[in-house]
Amino acid sequence: MTKNLKALTVTLGCALSTFGALAAFAPAAHAAAGTLSAQDAWVRWLPGDLPAAGYVTLKNDGDQPVDLVGVSSDAYGMVMLHQTVSNGSTQKMVMVHKATVPAHGTLAIAPGGYHLMLEKAKHKVAPGDTVNVKLQFSDGETLDTPFAVKAPSGQ
Amino acid sequence: MPTTSASSRSTFRARLACGARSLRRAAIVAGALLLVACSHSGEPWQLTNVSGHLPDLDFALTADDGQPVTGASFRGRTTLVYFGYTHCPDVCPETMARLMQVIAKLGPDAGKVRILFISVDPARDTPQALHAYVGAFDAQHARGLTGSDAQIESLARRYRVAYQMETRDADGSYEVTHSSAVYVFDAQGHARLLATDRDTPEAIAHDLRRVMNDTA
Repeated sequence: MTKNLKALTVTLGCALSTFGALAAFAPAAHAAAGTLSAQDAWVRWLPGDLPAAGYVTLKNDGDQPVDLVGVSSDAYGMVMLHQTVSNGSTQKMVMVHKATVPAHGTLAIAPGGYHLMLEKAKHKVAPGDTVNVKLQFSDGETLDTPFAVKAPSGQ
Repeated sequence: MPTTSASSRSTFRARLACGARSLRRAAIVAGALLLVACSHSGEPWQLTNVSGHLPDLDFALTADDGQPVTGASFRGRTTLVYFGYTHCPDVCPETMARLMQVIAKLGPDAGKVRILFISVDPARDTPQALHAYVGAFDAQHARGLTGSDAQIESLARRYRVAYQMETRDADGSYEVTHSSAVYVFDAQGHARLLATDRDTPEAIAHDLRRVMNDTA
């Protein structure tokens, strides 16, 4: 089941990046471009090859809600959008395919809620580094966002 | 929720502590202290009081240095126990980070505190992996503990910790559903408080000081 979902995400991701590349040649399709911005992007580094979480606040200055629909990074072999879901006293992570940034609002991808799951680092990543993560949105916009890598305590 | 008997017992302990303190002080100062300290101790705990509701800190596991370790190894310390796993990028490190803030708020008193990160994923969490993990947070106050499946299961049952392995991916990775509560045991190993992810580092530090003063 999970495997199938992943395959679907990869397919979606490819379709979207193809769409993005095509759309780049058609500026008219980018009416909403420039309405999104990313703030306070950081990665909580963990030792060894443990998966790490990326956090960021997304701001939408536009009149329409926009979905974050794709995440990727040259620094990691796998990047997924995850959500921590509480069920009474227990919590688990689930993969999600999109997260909505409300019109004239923000979406906090923050501890205990949404996070970017960063796995299979392609080179050694350490606190103090910066890694770039590409955030793709339903309006065709892409934010190539630098994430500050921090120590596990968040300092 | 704590029952009447549990809360009256902790009030009784607090009164004893206040009484002992008053003997060491001049009458007027002591009177003022007694009033302040005892009215303070009568307040409800900011965290969830579990005194008398959970068993004492008792286990036989393997520490992150590979050596056997038991609950008795931590007598004399106020012990914070968190059941987590290292392949958990969001909730577990966030909880540990909050405990680091608690440690910072405690200042010199933090020396009397130990944080035990007990793995509910012993298949992946070797002592070496846990050593690197807790060391990345705070090698001074945090210890990583693991054990056999049976050891972890019986410990989780003892403290009513729910955890469950999710279906494995094709590459063998899997998620773990688990509870993120932090258990506070006093220096005598008695279960005292339960902190959840809704409790701020300030509230945790506040109640930890009370536990430490209570049992000093």
